[in-house]
Amino acid sequence: MSTGDTHAEAQEPAATATVPHHQVVAFVLMVAFFTAAPFFVYPVFLMKALCFGLFACAFGLLIGYVGLLSFGHAAFLGTAGYVTAHAAKVWGWSPELAIAAGTALAGALGLVVGALAIRSRGIYFANITLAFAQMIYFFCVQVPFTHGEDGIQAVPRGTLLGLLDLHTETAMYFAVLAIFVAGLLLIYRTIHSPFGQVLKAIRENEPRAISLGYRADRYKLLAFVLSAALSGLAGGTKALVFQLASLTDVHWTMSGEVVLMTLLGGLGTVFGPVVGALIMVTLEHYLAQLGAWITIVQGAIFVVCVLTFRRGVVGEVARLLKKPL
Amino acid sequence: MFFGVPAQALFGQLLIGLINGSFYAMLSLGLSVIFGLLNIINFNHGALYMMGAFVAYFLLQWAGLGYWWALLIAPIVIGLVGVVLERTMLKRLYHLDHLYGLLLTFGLALVIQGAFRHAFGSSGLPYTIPGELAGGRNLGFMFLPNYRAWVIVCSLVVCFGTWYVIERTKLGSYLRAATENPTLVRAFGVNVPRMITLTYGFGVALAALAGVLAAPIYQVNPLMGADLIIVVFAVVVIGGLGSIMGSIVTGFALGIIEGLTKVFYPEASNTVIFVIMAVVLLVRPAGLFGRER
Amino acid sequence: MSLTCILVVLTALGLTAGPASAQISDGLVKIGVLNDQSSLYADLTGQGSVVAARMAVEDYGAAQKGLKVEIIFADHQNKADVGSNIARQWFDAEKVDVIVDVPNSAVALAVNQITRERGKAFLVSGAATSDLTGKACSPNTIHWTYDTWALANGTGTAIVKTGGDTWFFLTADYAFGHALERDTEAVVLKNGGKVLGKVRHPLNTADFSSFLLQAQASKAKIIGLANAGGDTTNAIKQGAEFGIVRGGQNFAGLLVFLTDVHGLGLQTAQGLIFTESFYWDSNDKTRAFAKRFAERNRGIHPTMIHAGVYAAVTHYLKAVEALKADDGTKVITRMKEMPTDDPLFGKGTIRPDGRKVHAMYLFEVKKPAESKAPWDYYKLRATIPAEQAFRPLDQGDCTLVKK
Repeated sequence: MSTGDTHAEAQEPAATATVPHHQVVAFVLMVAFFTAAPFFVYPVFLMKALCFGLFACAFGLLIGYVGLLSFGHAAFLGTAGYVTAHAAKVWGWSPELAIAAGTALAGALGLVVGALAIRSRGIYFANITLAFAQMIYFFCVQVPFTHGEDGIQAVPRGTLLGLLDLHTETAMYFAVLAIFVAGLLLIYRTIHSPFGQVLKAIRENEPRAISLGYRADRYKLLAFVLSAALSGLAGGTKALVFQLASLTDVHWTMSGEVVLMTLLGGLGTVFGPVVGALIMVTLEHYLAQLGAWITIVQGAIFVVCVLTFRRGVVGEVARLLKKPL
Repeated sequence: MFFGVPAQALFGQLLIGLINGSFYAMLSLGLSVIFGLLNIINFNHGALYMMGAFVAYFLLQWAGLGYWWALLIAPIVIGLVGVVLERTMLKRLYHLDHLYGLLLTFGLALVIQGAFRHAFGSSGLPYTIPGELAGGRNLGFMFLPNYRAWVIVCSLVVCFGTWYVIERTKLGSYLRAATENPTLVRAFGVNVPRMITLTYGFGVALAALAGVLAAPIYQVNPLMGADLIIVVFAVVVIGGLGSIMGSIVTGFALGIIEGLTKVFYPEASNTVIFVIMAVVLLVRPAGLFGRER
Repeated sequence: MSLTCILVVLTALGLTAGPASAQISDGLVKIGVLNDQSSLYADLTGQGSVVAARMAVEDYGAAQKGLKVEIIFADHQNKADVGSNIARQWFDAEKVDVIVDVPNSAVALAVNQITRERGKAFLVSGAATSDLTGKACSPNTIHWTYDTWALANGTGTAIVKTGGDTWFFLTADYAFGHALERDTEAVVLKNGGKVLGKVRHPLNTADFSSFLLQAQASKAKIIGLANAGGDTTNAIKQGAEFGIVRGGQNFAGLLVFLTDVHGLGLQTAQGLIFTESFYWDSNDKTRAFAKRFAERNRGIHPTMIHAGVYAAVTHYLKAVEALKADDGTKVITRMKEMPTDDPLFGKGTIRPDGRKVHAMYLFEVKKPAESKAPWDYYKLRATIPAEQAFRPLDQGDCTLVKK
């Protein structure tokens, strides 16, 4: 999003590079919640929320801190999923290597797409990312190893680091939780670092940042690659959780969903995407019986959020607390 | 023979590409007109196109009014729907980033498509070609259904008619001026908000007209606009957001290119437009005929 | 307590309220109907399958026999991930004993795997892939109604034998379409026919005009449609526009359902030739069923998939009653041991690889003038006896079949 208009509404992350106290509290609470939850709630449902939460956070990094709305982020989620699934099933790699492969590929893809897309901004940037995502989608449809509509099924979860058998839901859950926390910490560290400060400067006033000697394009590209890689991490993990990699994860509607999650949770906030993802996953779960209603509700949420609720859930909460979240 | 393909097949495909291009042109024209004046990327264009086809279907089922009535009534009805949408929702977003408009219309598209899918399923409802346009003529290299020829003619007329109005008439000049500098135009006493509303209604009516034209060919189906919108989006972007002639020319051209791809490498027929879009955006970010905003 | 905290706790409480239908006792047979409720297969499976399952439970007299049966349903939206998620949730958290229907081969394969891992039961009516009784065969799955081999064999053989010996394929470019094309081509060639050309189209293509042009140019007598749902109906509709049938060529729909014909209308669909395992107007029993079914299903008559759900659930309940248990693997084994008998498919058997065997029928769509009542759409062209209708037991690569 370009400077000025939207950010007057969104939250301003802390000016200093030290970590604000309340954000630590929120983080700890979130981790505590997710640690206790699988004993009350079906773990696979929670794992879905965690994977999408990570994906949404990775996406949110790009829009919130770089100001670029990518309409093609599903490409990274989905291709990483395919690579991880293939590595685990066909090459027999252990889960951590398979996920790493997926993440690495997503990062590489992000480098290619980003290098070409970064030159534009605003709506044109969204267009380019959409175009590339569509190409990647059709590539995934054609190429034999993805098995097109069938997807890659029966992906073995394997044994993590040779120690932990991931076939039990509990073991898998805590592995996913660890990955999620690691991903989030990485994002958090990125934001509250000198690199993050430069990104913010670029978002606020790019010409000025350039005049100060910062190579804006490089910073933006690096952020894009990071966002893509973390999306890939989410995608690879998801492929192991569900033991399936399918076209759904590369379709443009998935790109739309992650935008919705981030918007609903709060653009420009740290915890917003997680909350948004959790809400969306819960909604989809409860509305699963009603088929088309899911689409209607998602659309309605989009409309309501854009018209009256632009700060999103966490954004509103943060405004009430008068602290950035 | 051209490139190993008999001339017959080639020309046949070109003609078909032209027909598809007619739809792309009409839809991207509406999108372009709307973006030009409102700076809104109207993502629910596909859903409104679908609603136009449904209006035609309802008119036939419930009121016994046939195709020719539908051609007239559907655009008006959907145009009014568009006016209501603009007045109630879109108006509030003009002061914000374009992208919010995109998100809102994306949300509206989901709601509309979901509602229709819920009510009508997705098998598609039949709509027969009107008797006057049934049949076809044998052109030697292919059998051209009359209805498809009609689609090309109708589309050309509508597109160039719109272009003429916008580029060559006084009303059009007000529109173009308002695009450049709404405040100044307002100062001259022109009711800019009303013009914006009517423009949106008109752009949307064009989509509905395309929907009626499509109904006899593509089956009336709640999802008929869903994947089409992405393609039309690409067409508009290639032609240049806001450029009327750009959308028209690009629409027809891309229809033809897609047709050619179907002959030589059918699996890529879905992708070719996006590849072109990516290339164009990298070389000329504002599109072939557009100006960067 | 900060607001975030409250929010978090509230969400946690909301989630702990648990997923939709709760139940837990094991004196309950829980049947889950999983299919497409909202998109391109909704009419041919969808709520109709739920109705069929309910009718099966009622007709079986479960209540009178003291068997408690509950039916739930969900929409897999034709996505393997959604479907497998629901299946997992149903088996793990909601104590569902058997999943029924599942159109869309990709979803069915995923559910097949999940069912096997958990030792539950899976009765497939909707999906087509013959791999379910081949490479992917499982002791927990029975494949009812039809499969790609039967379709290819039925339609292909019969058409070639009745004069349609030159073919052009219009194939949906994904696994199901490829399989159907491959199987049908093999059959055509085996029966002395020739394939003059093929073209692949992307899934969910709106416009077939260019592909139809190629089909016309090939001058093949038969245009084989190796696709389904909206792709099939679109191809046919546009074929009518281009005068395919009038020009002397015929379409062979390799996967067509009653509801597709209904959607197309007889004017457009007339002359279409395809294979199905059930038609509501075949005999008095099927007619009686169709009448009751239509009353409960908004007037829509049963497709072969609905019939398959009814028959499968009926047979399942018989096995459960005989065993007095609902352990998935055991029930499936029992179902294979018992011959089947129901008003819709008559008598039949289930093979060791999980394939339910019955006759297949070659139908042709009537001309508008030949149809005397709503839904009176088909005329019977040929019957393929059960022994010939499905892939021979030893050709499937199924590990359950002893060589």
